[in-house]
Amino acid sequence: MKFVAVIRQVPDGESRLKIQGGRVDLSGATLILDQMDEYAVEEALRLKEKHGGEAIVVGFGPERTEEAIRTALAMGCDRGVHVVYEGYADPVTVAEALADVVREEAPTLVLTGGQQADWDSQALGAALAEALGVPVVSWTTALELEGETAKAKHDLDEGAEWVRVRLPAVFTTQQGLNEPRYPTLPGIMKAKKKEIRKVAFTGTPKVEILEESIQEKARLQRILDGKDPVAAAEELVRLLHEEAKVL
Amino acid sequence: MVLVVLDHDGNKLRKGSLEALTRARALAEALGTRVAGVLLAEDKAPVEEARSYVETLYTATLGPYTAERWAAGVLAAAQEAGAQAVVAPSSRQSRTYLGRVAYALKAGLLEDTLESGVEGGAVVATRYAYLNRVTQRVRAPLPVVLTVKPNTTPLAEPLAAQGEVRPLEVPAVPTVEVLERLQEEKKGVSLTEADIVVTGGRGMGSPEAFRLVEELAALLGGAVGATRAVVDAGWRPYSEQVGQTGKTVQPSLYIALGVSGAVQHLAGMNKSKYIVAVNKDPEAPIFKHADYGIVGDVHQVVPALIEAVKKLKD
Repeated sequence: MKFVAVIRQVPDGESRLKIQGGRVDLSGATLILDQMDEYAVEEALRLKEKHGGEAIVVGFGPERTEEAIRTALAMGCDRGVHVVYEGYADPVTVAEALADVVREEAPTLVLTGGQQADWDSQALGAALAEALGVPVVSWTTALELEGETAKAKHDLDEGAEWVRVRLPAVFTTQQGLNEPRYPTLPGIMKAKKKEIRKVAFTGTPKVEILEESIQEKARLQRILDGKDPVAAAEELVRLLHEEAKVL
Repeated sequence: MVLVVLDHDGNKLRKGSLEALTRARALAEALGTRVAGVLLAEDKAPVEEARSYVETLYTATLGPYTAERWAAGVLAAAQEAGAQAVVAPSSRQSRTYLGRVAYALKAGLLEDTLESGVEGGAVVATRYAYLNRVTQRVRAPLPVVLTVKPNTTPLAEPLAAQGEVRPLEVPAVPTVEVLERLQEEKKGVSLTEADIVVTGGRGMGSPEAFRLVEELAALLGGAVGATRAVVDAGWRPYSEQVGQTGKTVQPSLYIALGVSGAVQHLAGMNKSKYIVAVNKDPEAPIFKHADYGIVGDVHQVVPALIEAVKKLKD
């Protein structure tokens, strides 16, 4: 069996973002394996541990993405494939770029994060499923293999549902599915020797970023002392009614 | 043609559909074309209401929702209509099946857009990125698939005449088999469309204390939200989680009760028009992001707030 986790490298949510020439400049940011993709890596590892086979990490992005691929290898993935592309590519284009690589692996199933922490996109799993001609289960919170099929629980806009799906299929992952493990020191040492196959991507993105800006809204910061809760509550409601006019 | 996907609850169109219609009409006008609608249903759909908004309405009854069926339905309508653009309200489900549609149409996908227009024959839109911290202007040539972030766009008015209804032939597609639907008890307005959101954090202290959050939300006609810590602790359902791994909201008023203000939570609500925080810790990061706040114990302040709102309503 082969379990593929598709990952990207993104800035840590806590890191400071700068704008340079109308675009986000990540030179000072800490870059990490997308936390939503960590659930995908962890699930691939658990499936491999339970059912045997191979866990493969496939990453898309610039050269530096190799660090995130190494993190997944240090967590326990057997080998990596890196589709190298410098610059911005939209999820539909990324799905195109990854489809051949993933198809070649003929995986049992494919996992990727439910939302990307840089583009705030939720489309990669679905677009990749379309590219592969297989079903997609989004926002997965439970996953069990049952022979040629998988049983999964996933969230809808309202409520959740259990589904059964013939494999291969694509699953997008999220909090609740598992607790991602930390890379161990021996894991990190071993990861250095694991294979990462590089594939160049030369396609043309369908979406172009024209400009990026950070607009931190200046907040009013009118903080009241709540020692007298009734007086503070009445003053707050007055402000919301008369000043902000939202009540 | 611009194709608008009309989302509904079986009985009536959702508010987001009327926002998507407004955007679709504006795009159609700029592109010198017209708007057609597609209405996909599990079993029943508000056909009469939907046809009052478009001249042509494609309809199909597809059985239980799956991303594959809905993608096939939208694709069939897009082909029938010769759509250059597909516009839909943004939801988790739409952002999944439209990912398939965008790939199949080889279209640029513009997710969760705040504004959209046409420049030089291409669609230009604004959207948030980097956990809601950055505003992007993006451009995609036609064809394009675009989703509309809730609460960003005025609602469309019906047309003078009822549109023509055209049933669609939707091919069967390999998909998941839905075994069991776990519906959550629906309380009040939907979180992503609510104009007021009242969120409780770990500082509420116990699941029982959420009665206060619910009471304040109900009184204000708002929705209840929760932080990840609260959901992880099993106090509230995941559907109420606001933040990076939950829902993103942008109401006029966001009230955070006993919420510390972690980056991951801020990502889900930092674009709210007004942010109010109540927390006993004056150093809580949430206060740096608040317009108004009370440093105090939620167990004393929230009941007082409920009384003060009641007094205002009288």
